Amino acid sequence: MSEIPAELRYASSHEWAKNEDGTVTVGITDHAQDAMGDLVYVELPEVGLVVAAGDEAGVVESVKAASDIYAPVSGEVVEVNEALEDEPELVNNAPYEGGWLFKIKLSEETDLDNLLTADQYQAQIDSE
Amino acid sequence: MVDFGGWDMPINYGSQIEEHHAVRQKAGVFDVSHMTVVEIAGAGARDYLRHLLANDVDRIDPGRALYTGMLNDRGGIIDDLIVYKRDNSYRLVVNCATRETDLAWMESHAGGFAVDISERAELAMLAVQGPEARNIVAGLLGGARADAVQSLKVFAFAEDGDWMIARTGYTGEDGVEIMLPGPDAVKLWGQLLEVGVAPTGLGARDTLRLEAGLNLYGNDMDQEITPWEANMGWTVELNDRDFIGRQPLINQQHNGHRELVGLILEGKGVLRAHQTVLMPNGEEGEITSGTFSPTLGKSIALARLPAGATGKVDVEIRNKRQPAQVVRPPFVRNGKAVYKEV
Repeated sequence: MSEIPAELRYASSHEWAKNEDGTVTVGITDHAQDAMGDLVYVELPEVGLVVAAGDEAGVVESVKAASDIYAPVSGEVVEVNEALEDEPELVNNAPYEGGWLFKIKLSEETDLDNLLTADQYQAQIDSE
Repeated sequence: MVDFGGWDMPINYGSQIEEHHAVRQKAGVFDVSHMTVVEIAGAGARDYLRHLLANDVDRIDPGRALYTGMLNDRGGIIDDLIVYKRDNSYRLVVNCATRETDLAWMESHAGGFAVDISERAELAMLAVQGPEARNIVAGLLGGARADAVQSLKVFAFAEDGDWMIARTGYTGEDGVEIMLPGPDAVKLWGQLLEVGVAPTGLGARDTLRLEAGLNLYGNDMDQEITPWEANMGWTVELNDRDFIGRQPLINQQHNGHRELVGLILEGKGVLRAHQTVLMPNGEEGEITSGTFSPTLGKSIALARLPAGATGKVDVEIRNKRQPAQVVRPPFVRNGKAVYKEV
């Protein structure tokens, strides 16, 4: 069973989002990292990039495959997790903490309402 | 678990990278029972195989194994296989995905030879690979089988009852491959795991073989690719015998051909099959297998490039050009980096 923290929101494309005063931290879920296997490369967006919800905002690559990362909300990228350049395995080891990917300064508060709750995301995984 | 030629096989049992390191540093076991085992017996077996295979079974003595391609009329590779030579018969181990094609091809060229071709589907196969693999296996087996494991030279084999123990593998490490009855394989598998040998899946099998510079059928070679174009020239014995695909190979040798080389990525990302390789002179090639090398901590690949490729090239990854260095594989042997820049 993969971990799905109740306080986070989720995109159907397996990113999680955590809102703190309008700045949203983004990562990939425990389920996603487990399905990908050992990550060996993470490509992050440039700080300053303006994205709309659903835009491609990065790539994670495991020994097996590459997978696109989509921005779960609209806004400007204000910070990226530079530690991942040398330690992509942080995403495997701590997907909701040290393995976060980037932070977006939210431009559309209502974007968060379009994301899944933990229960809804669990239901999506169960049906896959 | 994935479907692999009709077999349910694990990509990994736990962490693929840990499985990879276990084989490089200690020992891992692969269940490769999906491989197809075929026996060729009869008075015409030698003549038949000298016609069927691009390498020549006369190059080895009984008790030895030989790696070879089986080619079509155009010199393209139908399959790559290992042939084990006994006193009066031969055993072939061919790929699982090509099983039906191979068996049909073998049957269709058996006419005129006194041979009996039979599949040994009841045999399982375990590959135990790694620097400690032979010591561990010998310790578990004891007796004549242990002696065989300890004394076999590289690419030699011994038989004991229904067991065939060969000092071969697909990882670039020392080790053995054992063909044995299914129930014996289940027992040995359990014993190996009990003494700490890592169960290893298809994922690590692929990263290990790629580090070792060994081809994967379907990726690095197929029916449109000749041994010259697949870095398999050393498996072709062009003596005066008439084997299938011989004349096209001679023609291509005169006319020139592409080459399979190694690449090490210097830019960002991971090399993957089918990415385009851009040469400084404007010519292009293609990656046939690519991955992240856990041993080197870099991305590596095999790529088919125009003849004479050397130095730096670019690889197109997600519409960006990333620099890479052309090298001569293997990348890793016996746990150490061994590639040479060319």
